[in-house]
Amino acid sequence: MSARTVLHDSDITRALRRIAHEVLESRRGDGRLVFLGIPTRGTVLAERIQRVVDEIEPGTSSVGSLDITLYRDDLARTPTRAPAPTRIPDEGIDDAIVVLVDDVLYSGRTVRAALDALADHGRPRAVRLAVLVDRGHRELPIRADFVGKNLPSSTSERVSVRLADVDGVEEVTIEP
Amino acid sequence: MTGVLIRGATLLGETREDIRIRGGRIAATGRLTAELDERVIDADGLVALPGLVDLHTHLREPGAEASETVLTGTRAAASGGYTTVFAMANTSPVADTAGVVEQVHALGIQHGYATVRPIGAVTVGLDGERLSEIGAMARSRANVRVFSDDGTCIHDALLMRRALEYVATFDGVIAQHAQEPRLTEGAQMNEGALSGELGLSGWPAVAEEAIIARDVLLAQHTGARLHVCHVSTAGSVEVIRWAKARGIAVTAEVTPHHLLLTEELVRGYDARFKVNPPLRRDDDVRALREALADGTIDIVATDHAPHPAEAKECTWAEAAFGMVGLESALPVLQTTMIETGMLDWEDLARVMSSAPAAIGRLDGYADPLTEGAPANVTLVDPAARRFWSRNDLRGRSTNTPYTGVELTGAIIATVHGGVPTVLDGELRPADEVAAAAARLREAARG
Amino acid sequence: MKHLLSTRDLDRATAVGILDIAEDMARTADREVRKLPTLRGRTVVNLFFEDSTRTRLSFESAAKRLSADVITFSAKGSSVSKGESLKDTAQTLQAMGADAIVVRHHGSGAAHMLAHAGWIDAHVLNAGDGTHEHPTQALLDAFTMRQRRYGADSRGRDLEGMRVVIVGDVVHSRVARSNVWLLSTLGADVHLVAPRTLLPSGVETWPVTVHEHLEPALALDPDVVMMLRIQQERMHAAFFPSAREYAREWGLTAERFAALGPDTMVMHPGPMNRGLEISSAAADSSASTVLAQVTNGVFIRMAVLYLLVAGSSEESA
Repeated sequence: MSARTVLHDSDITRALRRIAHEVLESRRGDGRLVFLGIPTRGTVLAERIQRVVDEIEPGTSSVGSLDITLYRDDLARTPTRAPAPTRIPDEGIDDAIVVLVDDVLYSGRTVRAALDALADHGRPRAVRLAVLVDRGHRELPIRADFVGKNLPSSTSERVSVRLADVDGVEEVTIEP
Repeated sequence: MTGVLIRGATLLGETREDIRIRGGRIAATGRLTAELDERVIDADGLVALPGLVDLHTHLREPGAEASETVLTGTRAAASGGYTTVFAMANTSPVADTAGVVEQVHALGIQHGYATVRPIGAVTVGLDGERLSEIGAMARSRANVRVFSDDGTCIHDALLMRRALEYVATFDGVIAQHAQEPRLTEGAQMNEGALSGELGLSGWPAVAEEAIIARDVLLAQHTGARLHVCHVSTAGSVEVIRWAKARGIAVTAEVTPHHLLLTEELVRGYDARFKVNPPLRRDDDVRALREALADGTIDIVATDHAPHPAEAKECTWAEAAFGMVGLESALPVLQTTMIETGMLDWEDLARVMSSAPAAIGRLDGYADPLTEGAPANVTLVDPAARRFWSRNDLRGRSTNTPYTGVELTGAIIATVHGGVPTVLDGELRPADEVAAAAARLREAARG
Repeated sequence: MKHLLSTRDLDRATAVGILDIAEDMARTADREVRKLPTLRGRTVVNLFFEDSTRTRLSFESAAKRLSADVITFSAKGSSVSKGESLKDTAQTLQAMGADAIVVRHHGSGAAHMLAHAGWIDAHVLNAGDGTHEHPTQALLDAFTMRQRRYGADSRGRDLEGMRVVIVGDVVHSRVARSNVWLLSTLGADVHLVAPRTLLPSGVETWPVTVHEHLEPALALDPDVVMMLRIQQERMHAAFFPSAREYAREWGLTAERFAALGPDTMVMHPGPMNRGLEISSAAADSSASTVLAQVTNGVFIRMAVLYLLVAGSSEESA
């Protein structure tokens, strides 16, 4: 069986716009929003979401990236990989509402590492999590606040997010 | 069994003959019929050589018995086809008195695996200052004719002159370890691009060549005999060639390892390859092989230098110089010189037996494998090929540089003065060899 | 990477990769919490057979920033016999659970020996072996050069087009060797300047241009002038006649320093002999990167420790 496309490019764009709106709605008070994407594709998604937010409420949000390579708990089991850059907006994250953005939420271990990394950069007022796809099978007590699509899957299946900026095509597929 | 019949050996690689050994001597050669009291050695396909003679062996006894003893060293020698070894003087105490050399000599007789001819130190304690009792050693039962401070160079020109002159009185020879000490302070390997890259202090070729040049001129001046130990560079060969052309009484040796190995091996910092003089370049190896083939270099000597494991399992600069070589010498020579066509078996017998015997004034090797000659015989299987390993060693130390190297030729049997010391490629037990040697001595006396 | 023994083993992509990771490590220095959890539960041993407080502190600091447990073993002055101590000490440390051994030893090849003799399985990081190599020093030098030249735009870049003049006791310098291989791998144009007594044999086979006098090399308008430390004891072994003559001929005097271009960096692996190989005018100027080199040393060592120790033992792609 070959890969089945579960989100097309238009679906992705729509999902990201919806997430942007939901983030704004959920914000209580006038908290500063900082979107931090988890490299590689999370960074791209964070930039897109922030662009939408900035169109709606200009100047109230910023975007960056948060690399979690050095915080992973499976370092010893995988070949060494080069870290990706971390870019924290100049204003910092103290007292901001940080929205972590990733492409797929699966075991939750990446998010756990991201929370650890975040703590070393400062003390946000709140941390939220936005993902394009939630495929289930959590191994840690972590859930997403904003989800593009819930995609119940089997652990043997492979979920792939491809984005135009990184991969040349824009789609989410699932394959056995 | 009182006799040995070697059947069908190819003498010096030429003619196929049988060899009868009785009472420590060659009794007959030709086509022979086995007699009832003879042990028959089937030598079909084997080359018979005279027993090999090593003019440069470190037996380490007395003083460093953890590395080697006269017994273990002569067992290694026998397994390599040797029937005589000249034991270097740098023991502890140093072999600079008649007492020490007679002791070492007697141990050789007692064990029976090989004749041990001690080399006397030129200077007391190898300190390079006062001549040792050369006359007393020469007249002792050890009958010393070769004198050497090997391990260090006799660098004082006046002392070297006196030594040459004095030793000549006793028909002796000075075997010089040619190494200018100031040019080699802290030296670790051949000086060149590789030493520069590896950050190891260089041992320049000129430090050897300068001493040899001086010494051949001193030999000419004094009219005495000079022997140059372990020649290692192309430049040294040139100097010796020049000296021989002028009629100077100089002889020279090359080690098997300098005929095969190069400094490239130092790259891994494995101290098994640390030796003095150091492994040199390809050009030097080529020049040494040519010099051995054309007679500029007279003989092969092993510089068998056993060291305990801990002297080699350390960083390069801290490790000891030297490698064992008795067991592997003939295979290395077959690989480097016979297989390449540079020497034939008769040449090999010369450079590994009769010529070193002549330099060391050792009797019984001038006319080998002939009726009436002492029965020193080595049988080689020239078709054998093997990847060398520590299991091929028979001495007490395992610092061989050849592990994993494919060498041709194997020693199948060695007979020392009529006593088989190696049969079917294996050493005979020590008690059996010692008893057989004792019986022959008794018989000779009676 | 299993070990880091020599900069000769690094190809350009790997070397640039290490410098880039060091950039990431440098970023963490400005954060609220500087420590990373990366090597939590791993043990890094500093095995120093030779005194070098600076290098030891730099490695300790790097390992601690990555949350590794650090054991420092100073063999200097202990009673262990020289030869056996390396093997025995290494095996003891391995038995204590060392994941990586950072080794500084007076013997060339000591790190190579530890890595390849089959005594231990731990990763080996050469922190200077005799007169052979000191790879992390070369990496931090390259990092410093790249940072000065390209600033925030350093990532991914090599040293193509940079001219580096290395002056002094090359023959005894592990820093010079590691720099020659690494800088030329990174594309720099490397020049060596020394009297012939202080040049290694075979230097003509190295990927460098050799000068016996300093002026012609400085006239090439180098981007970097790196002065090597002169050991005082060399004078007694007739490598050169006197400190005064050396300083006059091959020292970076105030006059020579003043004649350098405005952007030329002055580097020194430290500790400096002021007035001998380098004048105070040069050492204390803004052209001097001596302190930046110290700071960057920690980042480079973090990067190398990360690469060696963090991953599984399988080779990374």
